Parts: sequence; C-alpha cells; structure tokens
Amino acid sequence: MSAPVEKMTVSLTVNGQSHTVEVEPRLLLVHLLREDLNLTGTHIGCDTSNCGACTVLLDGIQVKSCTLLGVQADGASIETVEGLEQNAQLHPLQEGFWQEHGLQCGFCTPGMLMTAKALLAENPSPTEAEIRRGISGNLCRCTGYVNIVKAIQYGAAKLRGEAGVSTQEAARA
Amino acid sequence: MIPASFRYAAPQSVGEAVDLLAAHADAKVLAGGHSLLPLMKLRLAMPPVLVDINRIPGLDYIREDPQIEQLRVGALARHIDFERSQLIQDRYPLLWDAARGIGDPLVRNRGTLAGAVAHADPAADWPAALLAANASVVATSPRGERIIPLSEFFRAILTTALTPDELVTELRIPFPEPRSGGAYEKLERKVGDYAVIGVGVQLSLNAAGTIAKAGIGLCNAGSTSIRATEAAAYLVGKPPATDYINEAAQLAMQASDPIEDDRGPVDYKRAMVRELTRRALRRALARAEGGRP
Repeated sequence: MSAPVEKMTVSLTVNGQSHTVEVEPRLLLVHLLREDLNLTGTHIGCDTSNCGACTVLLDGIQVKSCTLLGVQADGASIETVEGLEQNAQLHPLQEGFWQEHGLQCGFCTPGMLMTAKALLAENPSPTEAEIRRGISGNLCRCTGYVNIVKAIQYGAAKLRGEAGVSTQEAARA
Repeated sequence: MIPASFRYAAPQSVGEAVDLLAAHADAKVLAGGHSLLPLMKLRLAMPPVLVDINRIPGLDYIREDPQIEQLRVGALARHIDFERSQLIQDRYPLLWDAARGIGDPLVRNRGTLAGAVAHADPAADWPAALLAANASVVATSPRGERIIPLSEFFRAILTTALTPDELVTELRIPFPEPRSGGAYEKLERKVGDYAVIGVGVQLSLNAAGTIAKAGIGLCNAGSTSIRATEAAAYLVGKPPATDYINEAAQLAMQASDPIEDDRGPVDYKRAMVRELTRRALRRALARAEGGRP
C-alpha cells in the first residue's frame, strides 16, 4: 500500500493516569509506552514474544507488550513497573527483589515484577511450584530463578500482611 | 522490529468483520495475535488490512449445548480460559492437557483456540488435540455459515479450507461419550518452544470394555496437523491391552512425516510419535476406565 496510513487516536490509562496519543496502527504497545509516554521501565528484550521482559498488565492481566498493538489498548488500563512504587514506598514485591537479591543485571526485573503482581492477585499464597509455573514465560539469564522465587515469596508474605523477613536476614540471625 | 504499515479495523460484530474480510481479500484477522504479530514483526506477513475481532462482544464462550450434544467454543475463548475451566478439566481432559502446555502463561493469556486452528501451523497443539476429538469448524461469511469437519480443514502448512471472506466463529467438539477419556502428550525442549512432537488421543470403551471409538492427532509430525486414521481404526474393537496399544503407536508413527530440524532428526521424532502415542493412549484409557489423572 503506497498511501500513508492514517494515525489513530488511542486513549488509555497508564498507572492511573489518562493519556491520549495519536499512533500508527502498527505501533506496538511497548513502543507506545516507551517512546510516546516516556515510560522506559518496560524493557524490550527478545522482541520475538519469548522473553517476557516487556510484560505489563492490561486490565490486570499480564501480557507481552511487544506482541500487542498500541491501538488494541484503546480504552484499557495499563500497569507498568513505574506504577508499583507508591508515595516513595517500594511495592512489597520490589522490596522482596531487593531483600532477596532477586536480580543481577535487572533487565528481566520489570517483567518479572508485573507477572508476579498478576500472579499474586489471583493466588495470594502460591506454592513454589505455582510461582515457577507462573513465571515460566519470563526469562532471566542471570539468576537461575532461585532468588526470584524467594523474592516473590517475600512479596507474597508481605502482601498477606505478614512481616517480611528475608532469607538473607534469617541466615544472619 | 516493527510491522509493515497496515490499515486497522476493530469491528463490533461478526457481520461487520466478515464484510471487511469480503471487501479486503488480503486482510488478516487479529485475535490473540501471538502467531500473527510475531510474523508481521519479522515481515513474513504483511497484510494491508488487519481486522481485529477482539472488540466483538460475546465470542469468548466455552459452553456445552445439549441440543447438538457438542461443546461450543467461541472465537475469542483464550487458552487460559480452558486452563481455568472446571468443565474442561472434568469433561474434556484432552483439551485441558493441551491448553496447559501451550506456549507460556503470557501467551496463554492472549492466544485463542480458534486462532490457532485458523492459523493452521502443524506445530501448534490445538489442531492435533482437536483432530483427535473429532471437532468441526464453524466458518461465517457474508453468505452465511457453514460447518467444516476439522478432518477436511487443514490443506497445507498455514493453509486451510477457509475462503478469504470466512471467519472462524466457533469450534465444536462432540460431547464425551460414557466411559471415554482423552489425553494430550507433548514433548518440548523448554517452556515456550513448539513441541518436538505432540500427540492427542480421545477414545471410548463399550460395555464389554473394548475400544468403541478412537481418535489420534499428531502435532509437529508433518507439513500439516495429522489425523492418524489407521492407528485409530485399528484400535476399534480391540481390548485395551499393551500389544494393541503398541501396534496402534506403530501405525501412528507410520502416519508421521517429520522433518529434521534443531529439535531433532527424523528417526528420533518418529520414535517420539510412537512413544507419545503409547503414553497418550495409556492415559486416555486410564481416564476412560475411571482413573482421574
């Protein structure tokens, strides 16, 4: 097709804030977030729908934002990693990743956090097996997942209202 | 990676969607998008028009229809909906097995059963499972609706019996018969990869305990999804004994025609067809005989 494709208007809520942007239909959601809204916390990893680094929540459901068009998010509520911290307080999951050393390079972390948030919203007390199955679409090339699982367990305990005690602190005590 | 330009439409009804398909012969339908969008990003697909059916209300159903004695699956029922469905877990274990092994959790949140069927990738799990289940496709166009048995649907790799103006609006799966069971076995290198080989089985037993009906579908074992008809026909009238299971598995292997790739050489894949058919038959039989897992 030779004629340029007209831009379309997309209105969406991201982390509670309303935005209206004019985008080409081919613009991927992850590019809309990173380039139009300047929210670069959401990472582009493999760009082939495998790695999950670009995971965001679309109306509460974890999705790969590299495999969704921006226009598909019209009218939707999106949550990204930037929305986790509230009033300068880390989200319990972020605290868990901090306390349990749930990251090394940090590239997969935004996607891991968003997947974990959706997982815990559905199942506040997951078993280790359920956590591992839940994050099986998010690849980490550094950690071997052991500390990521602990970090999610820490965040889950804290979200249930239990005191978050990291395994690192427990080992020192 | 950015797809080539296209015009985008998000119709609100099936009628509007099929009118768009009729008006634009090269249009592609966007449902879950987890096969189509990666292909578009790689520019292996460059449709000039994309018809996004996600805004059409009422297409996300999975329900049994006693009048036609079939399970009806709407075009927007996603893999996750099967994984979470008690009805599917209780009555259609073949479909439950298959759903839980597709892609990864993020893929399952978006991908649809109808989309996987329409895409007709021989490496996809649903077509093999649904061939075993003797499913049929409801295709809707501006001319009306027609029902296509899945056994006549897959023509070649990524090629189906659909005409350009037809939309897969529903899949239908026969009610499980009394004393029936199904299972899907998938060998994969890692989560998210396509199957090295997958095998779906659905069968039922008669009052005497011999096999009354059987269906076997093979995933990633040839240039289309394969219905192993000889293997299935062989089992009918046989008691569920090891020798017969082995012979049926051998026949299923002979129906396969895999290619060598980074998932393994041909002989290995053919051996896996035999082994996974055995396992799927054993599990389906156990379920038919009343065993739970």
